Amino acid sequence: MARRPSIEKLRAEARKARSGNGRPRVLIGAATCGRAAGALDVAAAFNEEIERRGLDVEVVVTGCQGWCGNEPLVLIEPHRLFYQRVTPYDVAPILDLTLSRDRAIDRLLYSEPDTGDVVRWWEDVPFYGKQRRIILRNCGMIDPTDIHSVLAAGGYEALEKVIAGLAPDEVIEEIKRSGLRGRGGAGFPTGRKWELCRRQQNAPKYVICNGDEGDPGAFMDRSVLEGDPHSVIEGMIIAAYAIGDVHEGTVYVRAEYPLAVRNLTIAIEQAEELGLLGKNILGSGLDFHLGIKRGAGAFVCGESTALMYSIEGVRGMPRQTPPRSVERGLWGKPTVLNNVKTFALVPVIINRGADWFAAIGTEGSKGTQVFALTGKVKNTGLVEVPMGITIRELVHDIGGGTLGGGRCKAVQTGGPSGGCIPESLFDTPIDFDSLQEIGAMMGSGGLVVMDESDCMVSIARYFLAFTQQESCGKCTPCRVGTYRMLEIMDRIVEGKGEPGDIERLENLGREIQETALCALGRSAPNPVLTTIRHFRDEYEAHIRDRRCPVGVCHSPGGYRIVADECLHCGLCLDVCDDDAIRENRSGYTIDREACIGCGKCHIICPAEAIVLEETEEVIA
Amino acid sequence: MAGSESPVITADELAERLAPILSKYLGKEGAVISLLQDVQEEFGFLEERAMTAVADALRLPVSHLYGVASFYAQFYFEPRGRNIVRICTGTACHIRGAPAIQTTLEEELGISAGETTDDLEFTLETVNCVGCCALAPVVMVGDQVVRRKELQKVINALKETEE
Repeated sequence: MARRPSIEKLRAEARKARSGNGRPRVLIGAATCGRAAGALDVAAAFNEEIERRGLDVEVVVTGCQGWCGNEPLVLIEPHRLFYQRVTPYDVAPILDLTLSRDRAIDRLLYSEPDTGDVVRWWEDVPFYGKQRRIILRNCGMIDPTDIHSVLAAGGYEALEKVIAGLAPDEVIEEIKRSGLRGRGGAGFPTGRKWELCRRQQNAPKYVICNGDEGDPGAFMDRSVLEGDPHSVIEGMIIAAYAIGDVHEGTVYVRAEYPLAVRNLTIAIEQAEELGLLGKNILGSGLDFHLGIKRGAGAFVCGESTALMYSIEGVRGMPRQTPPRSVERGLWGKPTVLNNVKTFALVPVIINRGADWFAAIGTEGSKGTQVFALTGKVKNTGLVEVPMGITIRELVHDIGGGTLGGGRCKAVQTGGPSGGCIPESLFDTPIDFDSLQEIGAMMGSGGLVVMDESDCMVSIARYFLAFTQQESCGKCTPCRVGTYRMLEIMDRIVEGKGEPGDIERLENLGREIQETALCALGRSAPNPVLTTIRHFRDEYEAHIRDRRCPVGVCHSPGGYRIVADECLHCGLCLDVCDDDAIRENRSGYTIDREACIGCGKCHIICPAEAIVLEETEEVIA
Repeated sequence: MAGSESPVITADELAERLAPILSKYLGKEGAVISLLQDVQEEFGFLEERAMTAVADALRLPVSHLYGVASFYAQFYFEPRGRNIVRICTGTACHIRGAPAIQTTLEEELGISAGETTDDLEFTLETVNCVGCCALAPVVMVGDQVVRRKELQKVINALKETEE
């Protein structure tokens, strides 16, 4: 058998190939969201034009570059230009001006809304200003389907370092000292989990990566798996080495993420080819095989014990703990299960040291966390911030405030298991413990911004309907309790609420929190309880006055055009996807039947003539 | 509408198409879900005869297979449409109007979410989140994520090819 070339040599070659010839590079963000926005058409247009003109330009199709709302995004090197909302029609001008004559195209660059000054490079855009991309270090910067691109960016350096000179105990000690806590939501110290598993006598042991990201409104893990699968693989190999007696690992990926499965499959194959996975990894004597399991559509499988049952091929229902998974996990053997982002952090901590990592973040929560910032916010996308940043900074400085510039009402963290945080608490620092104190939770990182047009009762009902539907049915508090809560929420939303309903919800919610079997059941009442706590008046308005203060529960779309303010510019007509704006002799009106209440017209109107009506109408 | 209208496969053909899938997984521990995923990919849904054949091969009661499969939302026991339209009802899509899109599509296709048209052209479903929250509201048509703006165009194009 031919000897494999050493990783060092391959890395050196890859780096030389990248920097040596000064060849310009075009990096196109093409994760799932970029593709939906047309990134692959842009990539195809670049390839075609470059070939036609015989230019020497490298086109790299990368993972997510983060600013999903402004996609397709294109980075041009070495010019250091960051173009947004690029279409295939922009390709020829970019080649003519930027790549041939070194000139920037201002209209494709970000410009400051106040001054109109253009910003050339992504790091200088305010959206990225307060971010610190550590987990996302490679996302959007490399071609995830080409291991050489990964090696050039420093991939597998930590693995080499570990194998060359760190004992398993030293690895665990380093992770413990870094203060790394699990990024899946619960925040259990990772080093301690590994240590507990290492101490178990039972063998073999297993390592599992939880990529069953099921929260609606969350796409952090998907982006990492799509854009940088090798960092996750590297983290898992290091875990296997540190824990010992681990020869098999599994990445459990949600069924709805086909691109993540594809990129991960390619990454595993390439790592195997170079001897980074499989038998005797890099000559260390470590045997570690990695496989992928596709989920089959069950939210509860994000819970660790349920996930393991699902891997075993049976119904994915959680079981009582203890025994914890580190004692008896997959196939009854000691198992370490960590989130995608946790594994992606491991190589950086090994490379740069525990002290470096521990210097970022707060006392109890070290490092950074990735959030999927969505909802009624200007800059939607994937953001990574140091722990301890306040919600206000995240929403206003990074998110750019609400879409229409209106008042931000609340954010929902942690998806359906999390809680609503009202504007008055926006100065709370984002870390595991502070969020828990105010009744919310970190979750795995979904963050949905809601503005004054959102009805909090309706939102809480939405989340509850989700968890109710996804309840596995094993324990009574969750199966029956959430159903009863939903019945009450349904009648409140329909304007048939009864006096005492709020108290009934509170009692039921508390009981479920105390008695449900698994973490998903115990957290199911959170959205209802936190909205009652902070927006009790909205519940009261629904029950007592039989009206929805923002008109959502009455009929979709409480928007109206104020005729006296209207400039007749027609922008609302253009922006409406639903043909809900009617033009007639006297001006514009909104067809309430056709309107879905997306609020785009409200945002675009230069005269602020489109207002959201406070409805006095009785529901139903 | 199951059974009678589904494309008829002979027992021989069924066995022939199942064989490579079974040999891939037979003897592997914990492979039931992956196996059923492959079976569904091959036949479009989990037909009763296929389930029985798989159960026989694995020496398991067929009720066990149904027990596993019915737990997961992605397994189907009835034929599905050639075009799968999935409305994202994730949080971001929800607050940006997914419920209204659902109503429109239900009217347009004449079926409720979770159903398939009689001519097996369209299946309409909801999905909890496809992770394109920044482009919300979105709908998945096949494997393609479609934004609100292009949705009508895509649906119309599909309807035309049907005719």
